[in-house]
Amino acid sequence: MTHLVDEGRFVDMPEGTSAPAILVEGLRKSFGPVHALRGVDFTVPSGTVLGLLGPNGAGKTTVVRILTTLLEPDGGRAVIEGHDVVHAPAAVRRNIGLAGQATAIQPELTGRENLEIVGRLHHLSWPQSRQRAVDLLERFDIADAADRPAKTYSGGMQRRLDLAASLIGHPAVLFLDEPTTGLDPRSRLGMWDVIRELVSGGTTLLLTTQYLDEADELADQIVVIDHGLVIAAGSAEQLKDRVGGDLVEFTVPDRTRLADALAAVSGLSEGDPHVDQDAGRVTISVGVGGSEALVDAVRRLDGAGVATVGMSLRRPSLDDVFLALTGHGAEDESRGRGGRRRGRRRRGAERRADTT
Amino acid sequence: MSTAGLIAPEPRIGQRIRWAIGDSITLTRRSLLVWLRVPAFIVFTVVQPVMFVLLFRYVFGGAIHVGIPGGYVDYLMPGIIGQTAAFASIGTAIALAQELQRGVIDRFRSMPMTRSAVLAGRLTADAARMLVTILVILGVGYLVGFRFRNGAVPAVGMVLLSVTFGLTVCCVSAFIGLAIKDEESVQAFGLIWLFPLTFVSSAFVPIASMPGWLQTFANNQPVTLVINAMRALALGGPISPYLWKSLVWLAGILVVFGPLAVRAYKRAS
Ligand SMILES: Nc1ncnc2c1ncn2[C@@H]1O[C@H](COP(=O)(O)OP(=O)(O)OP(=O)(O)O)[C@@H](O)[C@H]1O
Ligand SMILES: [Mg+2]
Repeated sequence: MTHLVDEGRFVDMPEGTSAPAILVEGLRKSFGPVHALRGVDFTVPSGTVLGLLGPNGAGKTTVVRILTTLLEPDGGRAVIEGHDVVHAPAAVRRNIGLAGQATAIQPELTGRENLEIVGRLHHLSWPQSRQRAVDLLERFDIADAADRPAKTYSGGMQRRLDLAASLIGHPAVLFLDEPTTGLDPRSRLGMWDVIRELVSGGTTLLLTTQYLDEADELADQIVVIDHGLVIAAGSAEQLKDRVGGDLVEFTVPDRTRLADALAAVSGLSEGDPHVDQDAGRVTISVGVGGSEALVDAVRRLDGAGVATVGMSLRRPSLDDVFLALTGHGAEDESRGRGGRRRGRRRRGAERRADTT
Repeated sequence: MSTAGLIAPEPRIGQRIRWAIGDSITLTRRSLLVWLRVPAFIVFTVVQPVMFVLLFRYVFGGAIHVGIPGGYVDYLMPGIIGQTAAFASIGTAIALAQELQRGVIDRFRSMPMTRSAVLAGRLTADAARMLVTILVILGVGYLVGFRFRNGAVPAVGMVLLSVTFGLTVCCVSAFIGLAIKDEESVQAFGLIWLFPLTFVSSAFVPIASMPGWLQTFANNQPVTLVINAMRALALGGPISPYLWKSLVWLAGILVVFGPLAVRAYKRAS
């Protein structure tokens, strides 16, 4: 079937599949010499949650800004609910809500005033705007502070107010750019509850995050981008399978024995062990070895006379996935350990070529 | 396919115009609310100009000889109103830079509202703010001896001209705020360019008292022309040569900086 979109453009859909809420194809964007996006593709089916994951500067915000019509791409296309972001931006805007990386609230105005004004700008009548503000303040647990200036709110409340403002127009597709960055653990959990509730109402959600546990917790599908390219996509479980089974992890408190420890367990590991030199932490991938592999590791280290702490067997986390895919941890980027990281990234790039 | 896209069809032109006006009013109201909530803004827009009136009237005034019947206070008031209208434009630049940095403009631009309403609402609110300031200054001026000497209609004309002048400067300021983007830089640089223009003009002292090379600049720059026109409207004397030249200047500035501001707004990220 063929869908007529604005300006007489057509989007072809294979029979029997419903159009995705978000379709992104070959998206490219440069800022002068910086290639922020170098060809990004993904789709988000209606009513599902996509977690867009990547370190600082990966291009997450750039994707969100293009999809919300704030920025024009240099190449490729993006379609939201059947409307092309470049050719029918007005139609796209009627279908979306955005809570950007900065909380877009006016600190001098009260929470209620902030929401009422956004309601008016969605062309609701005054009584409708008021009612919508009351409902949302109630739902996001800010009713008690409704008439206080927003600058007196806690970080978590400001985020919730910002999220409430993005929902005023009942958007079919919602974009949240790092909704929990800077929140304390309790506020983060609260935010997750709010987001889960939203999604259960059928809203399609694109969520960017630097926190792997957050994507794991909230997203149906995860797209990992780094340096403007998609380096992996799939469900959290699929991504974890890529790491190749269980991990045995331990710390060697005496750094001078690290080499001995590695020699002792090298036979157990599938592929190179991962070593965090600073922390003295060793991670080895043991495939389907399970608890036998753990016992084996203990025995070998004991035989070599190396003392360890924190010995454990665990399933891979998305952090491990990130490490395996990019050659650096998700939060490494900002620390900027130039030489070592660049070397590892090259290896990551080779591995990328194998897996895709 | 989800039907969400079909719920809100493209509106007709009449509806769009109504929304454009409504959105501008909403944002005007929003800007004024913020203004009323921040004591510093009120001090800046009301107390500071009043202080200028008193300083110039009583501290510098005695040393400045202007040779007009009403004395220095009559000479001063149109100048100080013009200067205040120009300086009020810093508020436009700061507010836009702030909204840009905070992501407020991103939110607005991702909504189905009229995009131009952000600038229109901002400028309308600034004009209203300016009018309040000018009326306060005039009230203080009357207390310290200033009088309109040319009748009511030219007096209203003077106020209108000063607001028009202020709004024109606001367009330049809007461009500066949106181009610089960084609130602190705007605080630092947003007014600097206005100092030579307002002080090297006929606003506070007769141009004849300046050195010759400055006079050439002072006599031909727009602030002098606008203030001379305001002075003629307030006190009498030949109006039209100054008025026409100032209106041409203001139109020229608008033609250049209006589109620049709109472009900077569209591209702002
Ligand atoms: N307006 C701009 N001008 C110049 N460079 C830009 C601009 N916006 C983004 N960039 C650059 O593009 C790259 C991607 O930036 P983007 O903001 O999309 O990253 P991000 O994944 O959102 O990072 P973060 O986690 O820090 O928010 C970065 O190198 C950034 O410096
Ligand atoms: Mg970002």
